[in-house]
Amino acid sequence: MNTTTAERLDLIQIREDFPILKREIAPGIPLVYLDSTATSQKPLAVIRAMNDYYERSNANIHRGVHTLAEEATAQYEAAREKIARFIGARKSCEVVFVRNTTEAINLVAFSWGRKFLQRGDRVLLTEMEHHSNLVPWQILAQEKGLELDFIPVTENGLLDLDEFQRLLGQKPKIVAVTQMSNVLGTINPVKQIAQLAHQAGAVVLVDGAQSVPHLPVNVEDLEADFLAFSAHKMLGPTGIGALFGKEELLEAMPPFLGGGDMIKKVHLRSFSANELPHKFEAGTPAIAEAIGFGAAIDYLSRIGMERVAAHEREIIHYALEALSEIDGLTVFGPPADQKGAVASFTMRGVHPHDVSQILDSQGIAVRAGHHCAMPLHEKFGLPATTRASFYLYNTHQEVDQLVRGLAKVKKIFG
Amino acid sequence: MDDLYREIIIERYKDPLYRGVLEPNDISFEDENPLCGDHIRIDLRVDENARVIEAAFSGHGCAISQASADLLLESIIGKTLDEVKQLNKQDVLDLLGIELGPVRLKCALLPLKVVKAGVYGLGEASDSLVEE
Ligand SMILES: Cc1ncc(COP(=O)(O)O)c(C=O)c1O
Repeated sequence: MNTTTAERLDLIQIREDFPILKREIAPGIPLVYLDSTATSQKPLAVIRAMNDYYERSNANIHRGVHTLAEEATAQYEAAREKIARFIGARKSCEVVFVRNTTEAINLVAFSWGRKFLQRGDRVLLTEMEHHSNLVPWQILAQEKGLELDFIPVTENGLLDLDEFQRLLGQKPKIVAVTQMSNVLGTINPVKQIAQLAHQAGAVVLVDGAQSVPHLPVNVEDLEADFLAFSAHKMLGPTGIGALFGKEELLEAMPPFLGGGDMIKKVHLRSFSANELPHKFEAGTPAIAEAIGFGAAIDYLSRIGMERVAAHEREIIHYALEALSEIDGLTVFGPPADQKGAVASFTMRGVHPHDVSQILDSQGIAVRAGHHCAMPLHEKFGLPATTRASFYLYNTHQEVDQLVRGLAKVKKIFG
Repeated sequence: MDDLYREIIIERYKDPLYRGVLEPNDISFEDENPLCGDHIRIDLRVDENARVIEAAFSGHGCAISQASADLLLESIIGKTLDEVKQLNKQDVLDLLGIELGPVRLKCALLPLKVVKAGVYGLGEASDSLVEE
């Protein structure tokens, strides 16, 4: 898709909004931040929203009748409404605040899964899942005697959809799949997967940790039953994330954690659970963080996710082309038009740690390791890769700096 | 920062003197750094006085861990096992001739951890083996 200049992002203005992007890693060496897949940087609007809350309105939410408590509650609930609108949820009670994507998936596994899955039931995952969409299911499988199946990943980093159809024949109860791989960048056809899974009678959980920050995502359109994502990867603070769940499903699920706020009534030996979404929000939540999350959503909405995605498409096309010219460098995953702005690669003869260390000495922040996807790395026979990832504030010049940095790596390792 | 990649480190990474396996051996131990997947196996042969006479390492890892293994093995040949038990973090840093942050320190110390766990005959290599 081509963007006209009018639709292009104003990179100079956007970069002004992120104070950290002015940072120098050493005197005269500016930061080139290419690790947004791990966590994004935060605009001033988000930092300010959290500060303002602490400076003006700090109070515990719900139940309080003083001014501050009402302000805090209103801001916290307003953030929930913004998130619901952002992902196209019908009702804000379908959005549950959690700490992060990991907690959202654990909530589904241990609330929905404990109630609705029985010995011998099958859970269908993929080989490209982040550990957070593997381990909760492994724990539950051990506890209940479930069978785990995996949609294979092909050589070029795509899901094998023929094999998916075959695995659906075994009637999994739930299909839990990432919409975008944090290693390969692959954008999976989640809508098609959800339709087929629903026809086979399965519930569908989408790991949106990478897709919600980078693409327009609409739960109605995707036909997702659950969608999990983290604020910190989409310009918001750490410590807060969201689980979207269809109202009927959330209603039918038992509480996950017990305590204050999640109850309607408590007796010494029993309780009745609160209404949605509070049923799943036990204890004092991360109030400032939820408000910061709301401010991040405002920021992204003002720019528009279509434009964010278009910018990233341009950057990844440019980056993959530039990287393909470096002798001895291999990028993993599908071609640029099937993936998000993530490039995981190896350099012949140089360990990923050494690559990222030498890049760091030039101010370039990338990540080295297995990126919480050890099974995927095993599949490709790699102990580790180096990963450069891009977001709305990254520029073509920064891609050029990465390429120059990699030239230096080659020089040092001769 | 570039001083990390001193010539000796790059040299030993690219052309190690002690890469290989010893079969049979008197002591063999392997371990990995779960954070980065670096994996190292070290084999030793000792004489009747418990003195190291031959050493080799295998596995994969970054320049720091590989160079550290090579230099460490060079330094322990001729030492008794009791002397090897005395080796510490600082000895490894002196061999490498660099300062390291906490993340890369783990890479540098992995070979010593493996050697000491082998020499002590332990089931697993723990960080406490290489603390000062
Ligand atoms: C695809 C994917 N899923 C899940 C997660 C886990 O996110 P969090 O650590 O915020 O729970 C990540 C984060 O790296 C991710 O990339």
